[in-house]
Amino acid sequence: MTQEQGPKHRDMFGASGFGDTSGFGGLAVREPELASTPKPYGGWFDEATTALEQAFPQFGDAIERVIVHRGELTLFVKREALPGLLQTLRDDPRLRFEHFSGVSGVDYPNDPTGRRLHAVYHLLSMTHRRRLRLEVAVTAEDPHVPSATEIYPGANWHERETWDFFGIIFDGHPALTRIQMPDDWPGHPQRKDYPLGGVPVEYKGAQIPPPDERRSYA
Amino acid sequence: MTSTDAGSTYTSTYSADDPYGSTGADETGRVFTVGGGDWDDVVNAVDPFESERIVINMGPQHPSTHGVLRLILELEGESVARSRLVIGYLHTGIEKNMEFRNWVQAVTFITRCDYLSPLYNELTYCLGVERLLDVEDQIPERVNVIRVLVCELQRIASHCVWIATGGMEIGAITMMLFGLREREEILKILEMITGLRMNHAYIRPGGVAQDLPPGAVDRIREFIPYMYGKVDEWETLLTANPIWLARLKGTGYLDTEACLQLGVTGPLLRASGLPWDLRKEMPYSGYEQYDFDVVTQAAGDNFARYLVRINEIRQSLRIIEQALDKLKPGPVMIEDKKIAWPAQLALGGDGLGNSLDHIRHIMGESMEALIHHFKLVTEGFRVPPGQAYVPVESPRGELGAHVVSDGGTRPYRVHVRDPSFCNLQSVPALTEGGMISDVIASVASIDPVMGGVDR
Repeated sequence: MTQEQGPKHRDMFGASGFGDTSGFGGLAVREPELASTPKPYGGWFDEATTALEQAFPQFGDAIERVIVHRGELTLFVKREALPGLLQTLRDDPRLRFEHFSGVSGVDYPNDPTGRRLHAVYHLLSMTHRRRLRLEVAVTAEDPHVPSATEIYPGANWHERETWDFFGIIFDGHPALTRIQMPDDWPGHPQRKDYPLGGVPVEYKGAQIPPPDERRSYA
Repeated sequence: MTSTDAGSTYTSTYSADDPYGSTGADETGRVFTVGGGDWDDVVNAVDPFESERIVINMGPQHPSTHGVLRLILELEGESVARSRLVIGYLHTGIEKNMEFRNWVQAVTFITRCDYLSPLYNELTYCLGVERLLDVEDQIPERVNVIRVLVCELQRIASHCVWIATGGMEIGAITMMLFGLREREEILKILEMITGLRMNHAYIRPGGVAQDLPPGAVDRIREFIPYMYGKVDEWETLLTANPIWLARLKGTGYLDTEACLQLGVTGPLLRASGLPWDLRKEMPYSGYEQYDFDVVTQAAGDNFARYLVRINEIRQSLRIIEQALDKLKPGPVMIEDKKIAWPAQLALGGDGLGNSLDHIRHIMGESMEALIHHFKLVTEGFRVPPGQAYVPVESPRGELGAHVVSDGGTRPYRVHVRDPSFCNLQSVPALTEGGMISDVIASVASIDPVMGGVDR
């Protein structure tokens, strides 16, 4: 989602509705873009994606977007293609992503495609010293993603944590239960619509609101 | 203790005649609790072999589980048939809290994850933020050297706690005293440098909070030979110690393939023979300029992990020596005033505060400087949208922060990939089929820190 294009607005701290009193207009805030990064990507990315295209024939259908940003490669994957893709990434000698660093979630309630829950996988190729990120987006109404535990047994606890915090259901997981929160906990705490909670604090006679009610400059 | 089947073993330990007498197992036998139904069904439901298994709940409040870790062990006599872990007792919502603080404030939260290596948490987070800001090339040389210096000190401190707690858990109380004594020396040095013994919030996006204080370099130089001597002393005590060998050698075996499948990194992986160290293989913060060895052992058992960690302390001391030589005067914060925390710290009458020169500048000379200071402190800087993952080699393995920004002044999402969390998954593989006494040694050899596991 993160290739830079035209700026959203240009001022120092993103103030709107009044003049930027600091007098600086240097910082440009940019909107994320939905299109793929154009080829060539540079570095090892071209070699690896070409190898993946050859080893994984469904590449064109399975990969929604390829993003190269800040020297990191992200593949946006359709969920049904995930197990086959992971198997290829792990086993193909030109790819050899043998280490599963983890999966976690990110919640984008305003995702333009409506699929707010993103499962983000980090893979590491120890053979080639490369890192790769996979992102799978699903809706909150149908939050099913195939489990990676068959291919990477180390994904077990990571998927349980992602289920716990985001409510993403990993189909095929041997025991998808909560791992950090108590078993009977309602809701999925890391979603953006789940409140942080907190009480106001009194300091030197003044009330300081809890963190999630304080002024945000975002 | 309870049995797994319908009946439960009840053994009275009290005897009115002889309070010190043996348990009354022979007198009472097994007690079955029956809640209706056909008697034959009850009798047939008792599996004569299954009933030999007992389930032991170990923890979360147990001195040998390295924190609030709970192990559920299914035992057949003294051997472990199955072991399962329950975590989450120390979950504090650090990741969620960070989403409600600005990018610099978030450092004070992430430092509290893995509380034995807080500087590594800060480092991986700050490297991620710096990558998103696209300022990785602008980090001053002195910053990188100081980061390496304090991190390697902390690696030694963390390994000291490992040998202290691990030693204590298998009965080597002397090691607990020795390990914590040596760690205290490091904590004093870190307190001198960062102001805090733990949870330093010292490494910040763009640099470090303040320069090394006068005398810190000399203090570290004095510490190096002291620590070399202490490691030798530990080895004299332990490496050929028959009890130590009997407890550690050949127990808790995990080979390279199992490590890779389970995502296990750090000393466990290196003790299985694979020389994988991110400092060497995917260097960050200028680690490629240092001369050090990746310590490996082939055996893959608890003793191999002990040897790996002991020798890693020596390698860390080598890196510290080189870092001290590399230390050249220079700025300790990025030059970009839009990111650099506006702190020119000085020791004032009230402890630590901004220097009088800086206060004179913003209060008396430049309105713009005051506004700039105020905006940067209250709002913070903006980070361009995107995501970054820059892992570092923590004392326990690959520690990484997945940092996501939506372009605002706060982290949109930070996920910590904690090595303790991943490595703990290997406990069933390490312990099943072994003796219950080896469970303690195996869990200790993973060196899990529950603050990092639960976050």
